[in-house]
Amino acid sequence: MTNLDTLSPGTRARLISVGGERAFRCRLMEMGLLPGTYLRLVRRVDVGGVLELEVRGCRLTVRRGEARNLMVEPA
Amino acid sequence: MPLDGAPRRSAQPDGRAGLSERLGRAPRVVKTLLRVRRVALAGNPNTGKTTLFNRLTGANAKVGNYPGVTVERQEGSVQLPRSGHVELLDVPGTYSLSARSAEEQVAIQAIAGLSPIERPDAVLIVADATQLTRNLYLVLQVIETDVPVLVALNMIDMLEARGLSIDVEVLSKSLGVPVVAISSQSGKGIDALRDALDRVVADPELGRPGARWLPTSKELEADVRAVDAVLPADWHTGEAQRRHALALWALMSLDEHDELQGASRELRQTVAERRALAHKSGREIETEIIQGRYAWIDEHAAKFLREERPAGLSTTDRVDRVLLNPALGFPAFLLAMAVVFQSLFNGADPAIGAIETTFGWLQERINALLPAGIVNDFICNALIEGVGSVLVFLPQIALLFLFIGIMEDTGYMARVAVLMDRLMKMIGLHGRAFVPMLSGYACAVPAIMATRTMERRRDRMLTMMVIPLMTCSARLPVYTLIIAALFPPSMIFGFLPVQGLLMVAMYLFSTVTALICAAVLGRTLFKGPKVPFLVELPPYRMPHWPSVTRMVWQRSKLFITQAGGAILAITCGMWVLLSFPRAPEAQARADAEIAALVSIEDPAAREERAKAIESTRAGESLRASFGGKLGHAMEPLIEPLGFDWKLGVGLLGAFAAREVFISTMGLVYGIGSDATQDSPSLREKLRAEKRPNGKLVYTPLVGLSLMVFFALACQCMSTLATVYRETHSWTWPTFLFVYTGVLAWLASFAVYQIGRALGFT
Repeated sequence: MTNLDTLSPGTRARLISVGGERAFRCRLMEMGLLPGTYLRLVRRVDVGGVLELEVRGCRLTVRRGEARNLMVEPA
Repeated sequence: MPLDGAPRRSAQPDGRAGLSERLGRAPRVVKTLLRVRRVALAGNPNTGKTTLFNRLTGANAKVGNYPGVTVERQEGSVQLPRSGHVELLDVPGTYSLSARSAEEQVAIQAIAGLSPIERPDAVLIVADATQLTRNLYLVLQVIETDVPVLVALNMIDMLEARGLSIDVEVLSKSLGVPVVAISSQSGKGIDALRDALDRVVADPELGRPGARWLPTSKELEADVRAVDAVLPADWHTGEAQRRHALALWALMSLDEHDELQGASRELRQTVAERRALAHKSGREIETEIIQGRYAWIDEHAAKFLREERPAGLSTTDRVDRVLLNPALGFPAFLLAMAVVFQSLFNGADPAIGAIETTFGWLQERINALLPAGIVNDFICNALIEGVGSVLVFLPQIALLFLFIGIMEDTGYMARVAVLMDRLMKMIGLHGRAFVPMLSGYACAVPAIMATRTMERRRDRMLTMMVIPLMTCSARLPVYTLIIAALFPPSMIFGFLPVQGLLMVAMYLFSTVTALICAAVLGRTLFKGPKVPFLVELPPYRMPHWPSVTRMVWQRSKLFITQAGGAILAITCGMWVLLSFPRAPEAQARADAEIAALVSIEDPAAREERAKAIESTRAGESLRASFGGKLGHAMEPLIEPLGFDWKLGVGLLGAFAAREVFISTMGLVYGIGSDATQDSPSLREKLRAEKRPNGKLVYTPLVGLSLMVFFALACQCMSTLATVYRETHSWTWPTFLFVYTGVLAWLASFAVYQIGRALGFT
């Protein structure tokens, strides 16, 4: 198990847990980032300091600092 | 909205009884006959909701505000074959009905019909077929509230390319509400949707009760029951399902940091208790609810959704490989921003010039037609001037919103937000604040209007409060005049031109100050709960041009109707300030002097003399006016900055628009109002002007102090009027004016006093 920020681009992983403040977790989960969901790290956009994810067929970006709250298991 | 709140007249003016009275015996009939049916249009962001709204309503949307919040409310009417005229209310795009702020709360209010928003007769939900499961989360929530629902399954023509297929009939059966497949972009399925909407409005039972997710655990059921029992009475009229949905909403939304309205203390307490109780037994209510809904969706999706991963990369992936590429993405972004900025900065010039020329011509014509006097003066210098100064903003507003429309519609705006996030995060904002802030370097008025692209009120307010600090194009002529008049061209270290360096320094100074102000205000006045920065990157699409042009038109119209009035009124006020009391003796003297000019034979020379006399007269009148007196009265206040009362009058004039400073100074010095930053005569006058004690007024130090003042003070009535229009209150324009004024005074004071202490004059 590792945090999302450590994944390399193109890796698929299963989300294990979502940490952080309550509202933050709710927002992520409501957008489909629930424990057990499979996701893929599409690319790291270093200029903007964000990670692009693919989850449930959509592309989302998460700030790197916030991504450290997401624990994943590479699949 | 005036329509909703206006008292109904019970009788016609001619004494006949009004319609409702004549039908008074059957009020229920009247109610159902005359009540306008309302449909709320909801959906996730980036689902083509706005395009669908435009398709359904044509070109007749009314734009207003949701009561109590600065969220824009768009309403348009749809003509349906059977139900007739129906009002379609555009609900702000959202991924979920759960809310933290009053702005987000608008969604649940508009859908469930919580006070102060009327309950809709039906809800039309747009769902993106290519991202169905996530979109169904909102659909489920809406169905739970027990309103009749119709689902428009949008982007149906993109399914195949994404390797997806959906059985619409099975989807409709699973949800228990009608579903119509459409493409809002091409117009496919719109007629069928209109027809289905007609049927649901005519017979609400078609869109109810729908399939719903229900809590599966005893514990969660108990939580819902406990909250249900303490729901505020005005949230429901006893319907069990609706209460259930609102109880779930409260469990999801309320916490100690929320900014929600209308939740009673009892309700808040109960939610907190249940949450703590759950926590003790290792449960988490929110996760259970969200997981429950998604489990329901995934279980049913197996029946109507087929996914096959498409071979190869999608177009969006290929484009993003370049546009989000570490090496290529940033240059591409800079290029795009350069195009936007250059267009705003220079591209609008011909149109602005044409407007100014037209109004100048109009002023001249009227001036020639009407006899000289106060009426002539008022029409030319207050009314026409005022209308001109409103319209002159339109080219930049239209251009900026054209670019914003294109960037939003194609999906590039989301990429801009992502690319700029790291930078904007440093000052407590996020990537979406970048385009408005950049536009501020051209003009604050369209830039402030562009803050609409940010969802959170806090971010919008913060951005609005710092945009006026950016060096806008109206400051340039002022800087040019001051630099040219007071800083002789010379080189530092033999190769750096002083004049150019000063201009660059002014840009740097304003940028740094704006960033510092944003950081400070964001940590103090606009301190708010942290929200995660989640940006969806929608697939690239061709812009839907009717929607883009419609937005450009709508923004321009809103500016004229809402900010325009304030600008016109202030222009008239300024006119009174600078033209009263009249100075009849000066006028009589000038007239006599001009009459005496007949002795000069050369007509050109005569005209020149007459103009000089008139300019002197205008200067005298200005000095005698309220404005002139106010300048004198201001002197003690601005003296520590190195300014005399004449500069005070110039600053007053600059309130109409910063570049007006120059023509006002032209008037003050009797050169005439047609002075420009390049007028040698004005420069000479400034250089030669002496104080009563014989010392020069305009030293380089005073020039610097003046430029610093101009850089910081929000002395621009159009900016203030636009902030008023965006916030619907005078509090924020007042705050902006005061805080930038104080900042400008302090900075100029520091420059002048420190400069003097260091031995400069």
